[in-house]
Order: sequence, then C-alpha cells, then structure tokens
Amino acid sequence: MNEHTGQVPLLEVRHLRKLFPAKSAFLSREKTYIKAVDDVSFTLMPKETLGVVGESGCGKSTMGRSVLRLIEPTSGEILYKGEDFTKAKEATLRKMRSDMQIIFQDPYASLNPRMTVGEIIAEPLNIQKRYATREETREQVIRVMKVVGLNPKYYNRYPHEFSGGQRQRIGIARAIALSPSLIVCDEPVSALDVSIQSQVLNLLRDLQESMGMAYIFISHNLSVIKHISDRVMVMYLGHVVEMADKKDLFATPCHPYTQALLSAIPVPERHSKRKKILLQGDLPSPANPPSGCIFHTRCFMAADICSVEKPELRDLGNGHFCACHFCGNCAGKETKKESKRNMES
Amino acid sequence: MGKKLISFFNKQKQFEQDMLESEMEYSSFYADSLKRLKKNKMAMICAGILVVLILVAIFAPIIAPYDPTFQDYSAVLAEPGFAHPFGTDEYGRDILSRIIYGSRVSISIGISAQVVASLVGVTLGAVAGYYGGKIDSIISRIMEIFQAFPDLIFAMAIITFMGKSVMNLFVALGLLTWVRTARMIRGSVMQLKEKEYIEASRASGASTFWIIMKGLIPNCLSTIIVLVTLGIPNAIMYEASLSFLGIGIQPPTPSWGNMISAAQTFISYRPLYSIMPGVAIMITVIAFNIFGDGLRDALDPKLKA
Amino acid sequence: MMEDKILEVKHLKTYFHTDAGFSKAVDDVSFSVEKGKTLGIVGESGCGKSITSLSIMGLVEIPPGEIAGGEILFEGEDLLKKNEDEMRKIRGKKIAMIFQEPMTSLNPVFTVGEQIMEALMLHEKMTKRQAREKGIEMLKMVKIPLPEKRFDEYPHQLSGGMRQRVMIAMALCCSPELLICDEPTTALDVTIQAQILDLIIELKEKTGTSVMMITHDLGVIAEVADDVMVMYAGKVVEKATCDQIFEKPMHPYTYGLMHCIPKLDGDDSERLSVIEGMVPSFDDMPKGCAFCPRCSEARAICQERMPELVNAEGRLVRCFKYTQEWKENVE
Repeated sequence: MNEHTGQVPLLEVRHLRKLFPAKSAFLSREKTYIKAVDDVSFTLMPKETLGVVGESGCGKSTMGRSVLRLIEPTSGEILYKGEDFTKAKEATLRKMRSDMQIIFQDPYASLNPRMTVGEIIAEPLNIQKRYATREETREQVIRVMKVVGLNPKYYNRYPHEFSGGQRQRIGIARAIALSPSLIVCDEPVSALDVSIQSQVLNLLRDLQESMGMAYIFISHNLSVIKHISDRVMVMYLGHVVEMADKKDLFATPCHPYTQALLSAIPVPERHSKRKKILLQGDLPSPANPPSGCIFHTRCFMAADICSVEKPELRDLGNGHFCACHFCGNCAGKETKKESKRNMES
Repeated sequence: MGKKLISFFNKQKQFEQDMLESEMEYSSFYADSLKRLKKNKMAMICAGILVVLILVAIFAPIIAPYDPTFQDYSAVLAEPGFAHPFGTDEYGRDILSRIIYGSRVSISIGISAQVVASLVGVTLGAVAGYYGGKIDSIISRIMEIFQAFPDLIFAMAIITFMGKSVMNLFVALGLLTWVRTARMIRGSVMQLKEKEYIEASRASGASTFWIIMKGLIPNCLSTIIVLVTLGIPNAIMYEASLSFLGIGIQPPTPSWGNMISAAQTFISYRPLYSIMPGVAIMITVIAFNIFGDGLRDALDPKLKA
Repeated sequence: MMEDKILEVKHLKTYFHTDAGFSKAVDDVSFSVEKGKTLGIVGESGCGKSITSLSIMGLVEIPPGEIAGGEILFEGEDLLKKNEDEMRKIRGKKIAMIFQEPMTSLNPVFTVGEQIMEALMLHEKMTKRQAREKGIEMLKMVKIPLPEKRFDEYPHQLSGGMRQRVMIAMALCCSPELLICDEPTTALDVTIQAQILDLIIELKEKTGTSVMMITHDLGVIAEVADDVMVMYAGKVVEKATCDQIFEKPMHPYTYGLMHCIPKLDGDDSERLSVIEGMVPSFDDMPKGCAFCPRCSEARAICQERMPELVNAEGRLVRCFKYTQEWKENVE
C-alpha cells in the first residue's frame, strides 16, 4: 500500500509475538508456552481501517492489546510514526498513549461504575493534562459528548443508568477525547443489539471521516468487518493466514479458512445459493498447535505437505497475502485475475 | 456528504437545545445506597441504637450518676434499688455508672483497633493484589502464618510477651483482625485490576498512583466500609474476652469484660451484676452486626451492574 | 386442525414485579407450532422472546414473575394448569430446551454421560446399562468423535461446540415432541455455529421433532425456520411464513431489522440504514405503538393507541399501515 501512495505509515508492526506461560506439570522444569500471537506483521496507514477477523482464541484481541502495549509483547517491533514504541520508557510511553486509544467490547465492564459520565470522558484529558483549567476540560467533554450523540445533560449521571448502546457511546467518547490518530476497536459492537449495532458502526465511520483517525477493527463478524474496513487480516491460532484489500478478500478469498469462514455466515436470505463449506472439528488448543500448517487439521484441501511444512505468508500481488501451500494455483487465483480484470475495466 | 454535514449540524443544534431545556441531572451511587439503607428498618433501628451508645460513651461523665471508681463501703454489693438501679459491686461502686463508663472503653477500643487493622489490612491487601507475583506470595504467606494460630491464644501470647497495657491490647487486637481485611481487599483488587476500565486508564497513560486512587480505591470503598463496620463488634468481643481473662483492661478502669469477670463470684447472689454488662455487650455487638449487614446490602455493587 | 399443532399458545401474559415497577415482559402473545415444523422467534434483548419460552417450560420464577393470563396448550392440554410434578414429567421428556451458554447448563461435577443417563433413567425407566448404550448412541448421533471416550469426560474438558452438541444430545435423548432452542449458537464461533445449525436441521428431519428457534440473528432464521414471529417490547409485531418475511418484511421494525445488518454482498461505501433510538424501557413505554418513537413512518394515530394485529396479505402485522383506518385517513 505504501509504495502506491508514498505516505508514511502510521503504524508498522514487525514480527510481533506474544507468548503466555502455560501451566506446566508440577515440579517440571520444562516450561510450555501458549503462542497467542505468533509472528504478526502489518502496516497501517493514517486514516485507514484494518479489519482483524478470526474466531475466539485466534489471538486477535491479544494482538490489539499488544500493539498498544497494554499487554507487553514478547518480541517484535512496533513503529509508531517511525518511533519504536516497544522500546519507549515508561514516561514517553505514557505521553505516546495520548495518541492511541482503545474501545472495548463489553460496555458494562469498561466504564468505572464510581465515576460519572463526565468524569469518565474527562479522565484521559486529565491524565494527559491536556487543558489547564477544569472549565476547558469540561467544555471539551461536552463537545465530545455531542459528537458521539450523547445528550450533555447526562454529564453527571452514572454509567449504570444507561443502555448498552449508550454505554458504548460513552466508551467511544472517552477514546476520541484526546483526538488520537489510532484507535483499536476490540469487538465494539459484538455485545450490542442488531438495531444498535448499525448506529454505532455509522458513528465510528462518521468519526473517522471527520477526525481522520486509523482503526484497527477487531471482530469475529465478517459482515461488520466488510462494512467498516479498508483492508482485512484473517487470523487463525495466532497466525495471519490471509491479508488483503477488502474487495479482494471478499471477492476472491484465497485461504481455505477464509473461504470456510465466509461461507459459514448465515445470510438473512431465503434459499441462499451459496454453498456452505462445513469445517470438521474444533479449533485446536493454542497450547498445542498442529505441526506444519496450523489449519491442516480442519482443512478440506489438506495434503501430505501441510502437516509437515509450514506455509509462508506469500505475496500474491496487489497487497494480497496468503499463507497456504496451494494458494498460488488454487481456484481462487483464477477468479481473482478475472475479478481484477473486471475491476480495471 | 453535504447532506450528512447538514444532518450532523442539525443534531448538534438539537443537543444544544436539550442542554438549555433541562438542567444537568444528578444521581450518585452513595445517595442511592443511602436510600436503600433507609428502607431497611432493622438496620435503621440499629443505627439509632449505635448513635445512642456512642452519645452515652461521649457524655458518660454527665449521664453516669456516680464516679465509676468511687468506693462506697457503706453499700457494698447493694441490692438494685432507687439509689443504685443495678446495685453496687464488691467495692461499693455503682454498676450502672461502671457500665456507662465501660462503653467508652469497649467502643473506643473496638473502633480504633478496627481502624488501625483496616489501614494495615487495606494497604497490604491492595499491594499484594495489585502487584501480584513475589510481593503477593510474601504477603500471602505472612497472612497464612497469622491465621495458623487460634485467635485468642495468639492474643494472649502477645500480651503476656509484651506486658499488660491498653496499647498492647490494641496491638494484639489489630494483629488479630488485619488478615481478614487484607484477604478481602487482595481479592477484590485482583478482580478489579483486570477490569477493562482500568485498562482504559492505562491506555490513556495513567500512572500506577492514578489507577490506585481513581480506579481501585473508589471501587473498594464500599467493601472497606462494610468490613470496618462488621469488624468493630468482633474487636469488642475480643476485648471483652481478653478483659474477662484478666489480660485486657485492668481494674479499676471499668470495662464490660472485666466487670463480668469480677461478677462471676457473685452470680447466684447478685445476678444483675454479671447480666447487665453482658447485655451491654450483646446489644452493641448485635447492633453493629445488623447495621453492617444492612450497609453491605445497601452498598452491594451486584445490585447495580 | 388441532392434530397438526403440537403447541398452541393463546394470549399468554407473563408479567414481572420488580422494585422499579411492573413490566409486561410477554403481553398477549399467541402463536402455534405445527408438527414437524420450525417456528423462529426473532427479537432484540428484552423483547420477551426468552420469557415466552421459559413460560412454556414453566420455568418462570414466581415471584417476581407472574403468569397473568392465557393458555399454553401442548398436545391439547393446558400446561399452565399442571402442577410442578406433572410439569417435571413433561420437561425433558416431551419438551426439551437448549440454552445459549452450554457451560452453565451442564453440571460441572458430573460427567457428560452421567447427565445424559440421568434423564434416560428418570423418564424412560432404563437400566444403567441400557442408558449408557443409548447415551453413547446419542453422542454418535450428534457427531461427537470418540463418543465412548467423551461419555466419561467432564463438561470442562469439552470445547464450546462439543458442549452444545452434548446439550442437543441430552435434549433429544427422550425423543421430545418439541425442542426449544434459545439462542443455541450465539455463544459459538461462526464455523462452529454452521456445524450446529446443520446438525439441528438434520436431526429435525430425522426425528420429526418440532422446533422453536429463538434468536436475534435473522441469518439463522432464514436457514432453519418455516414460520417466523417477530417480537418487540413484549408483543408480537409480525407473524408470517419465513418466505413471506424475507420476501417482503411488512412491519417497519422487521424491515428496519433486515436492513440495518451489514450485507456481505451489499455496497459498503454507504452508511448503514439505522433504526433510530433504542428499545423503550418498560417503565417508560410509549402510550401508542411501542415502536412508534423509532418508526420512520409513524403518524399521529400511532402515538394514540396500540394497533391490533391485522391480517394483511396472508399474515399478521401489528401496524396501522395495513388497516382500513390508515387508508381512509392518511392516504
């Protein structure tokens, strides 16, 4: 992407890895680790939305939090506006954090029940000492409340008085109060009702348009990801299996896992003609991942090579990356060329 | 795009109007809790009893008919009557006055021992819970050691070792009760620090101090209040027991515990002498317990998601 | 006619009394489930869909709950008139239920097998050996690999998808006439959800059980349901066949629900269409139609009173748009 536009990336993540120590047998010396995030690299342009999709336990949330160093990554580099974020000292880290924020999934657990709405939204402003006076802070809080569609008369209310959707708006207001350049959205609409979901998605989009921040949008819901993202990254057991431009990915999914994911979504449409690919079995435990290609235990295309050799994440051109032994010559490739031709014409 | 902007501005105008129309509305967690507490009749009655008890303790010199240490040898072990409602003890001291003065000792020792124990318990518990790892292991082991001894024997050992004095009684009571507080606080801090709003503060660049002050303490406060209220009757019981055993408050200073102890000899002959201090202990302890339970119900954050 | 309907609910009213006031969680709901068919109940949280199913099972806690009226006819008998003993014999044997969170509905201290055998021994009076055989057979039927081994495992040793399969096996082991599924796939991952839905459809065809599928996901409905009932704020707003609903949603709420979901094949440069506002809380229900404050087509009449369910184009809709009155006054 960046060679096309010549822009400086906002965020560059290189070989990010996060291991959690697993419980080892009593008195055993050997330490085992769960590879929650294993060798994830990507770049994020300013004002871009990178959708991260995957099933529970694929490490997408851990990845999002590691990028912000809310969880200390085990290894890897995170360059934020060219500065190495992983090596930043405590004081600089705290400064840098004013530029990156997070929106959480659970609108109930993410708001301090002992603070009023005003205090919650003002907290990042106060921590960063953004304004000299209380009045200015208060004005900014009220401004932000209006932007996210919260009535400022709720300034002194407590979060428990609000519905899920409104709480999520409070969470969003807190995240944008400092006008950050990057927001990690960790399943921001998964806990909301369908009719509220669309309101929040629209809000997030409007905010991006007016404030120009980049999102890392984590979700398990492919329809939502498709709606909001520019580029999409598919994760499975801590690995990136496919990453591509949204249009590419949804038109010509290359990795068998992506194909299965796409086909598995129930579509609100009668007698849908889409053929379902039913995956066999469950997600393997990340503590004991399969050998070779991590997906081969459930893959409908698996061959002998898959259990032995780990496929690299290969560039198929046009920023489409895929980690599969067969993706160079799979059916997806042909249709991909076709669709590219269609897009050009 | 243009349309969007217009609708956006219209929305903004709407909000400004809303702002003007209605005043900012207030409601607070503690105001709500107070409302809930007021609904609980038993707890309110007990709160009333406690207020009376504390007033009695403060104004003891005015209320008590006699000096509690004044010995009237003409009326040793007098029958309850007009001059002495509960009678007198073996030195001719007025029992009612001694019970009134005894409340000073019991309540003040109960409260202050509990406050000190809570300070220690909350600090150590919070540190253990927040930092975890080795610090937590060390503090937890210390707590386990303290809990390994039977309470009263432990207190007796300390006082025998350090000598009988009010100060040492204090230390013994504190050492007995801080562990319970520390354990509770450690547990709730460990839970709280995993909450996403704490993570949100960290994501905004909050320091540890900020997180403890704004995130942890306000959310632990109701637990602490309840622990202190329920801890006081405990401390009063211990004080009474230790005084009864003769290693607590030393005569002639009146305390409910040492009064019962002294009255044992005369229990069949002057039953009121031993019953009345017992009743005083019972009322105080029950009142604190019921009030504490009421407080806990009123403050229970589970009622509010 | 009665023969075809396995379950008929007539004017069911389930109310709740809470500190904050009084809520009509289910308000005058009538519907029926035909033999061998699947009824889908759609709605957002708080619309009363789960309370409806709990009322059928007799699992509403009384108090704070109260069944204020109505009839629940199951095979012609009113379940509301049965006592707890009789209900216990129906629950699990004739009507079975699958819940959203399989972990909380399985007892963690017993093995999967023990829990399946319990129902079989209780309802079918089987011996231990028979129950074990039948149980393993059930696990095989829900496609659990290595059923003999899984039979003796504890719930926490299984994955979420496996647990839901066990729940289905338990629900079906006494061959119930009616299976109530309350958001059976909401807690599961997409690929596992597809497996479970597939399994439910397959088993339904195999056993001929009627199914009541409660969900907020229209996609799930489109896949499994024959008939659909849409609920909003405790009331039925639209009732039709599944084909009718997806072809043309008639109630503005149904329409809104269908159009506010991002589509996989839609144009996503557009903003999503939204249903403004939020579900009213029960202590501040609008006077007229409950959906009126959020409805883009609302007129004066909608604020005045609650519309009745009217028959329109072969289905029931609770909206003034399809009444004679509307045609006369508005158009």
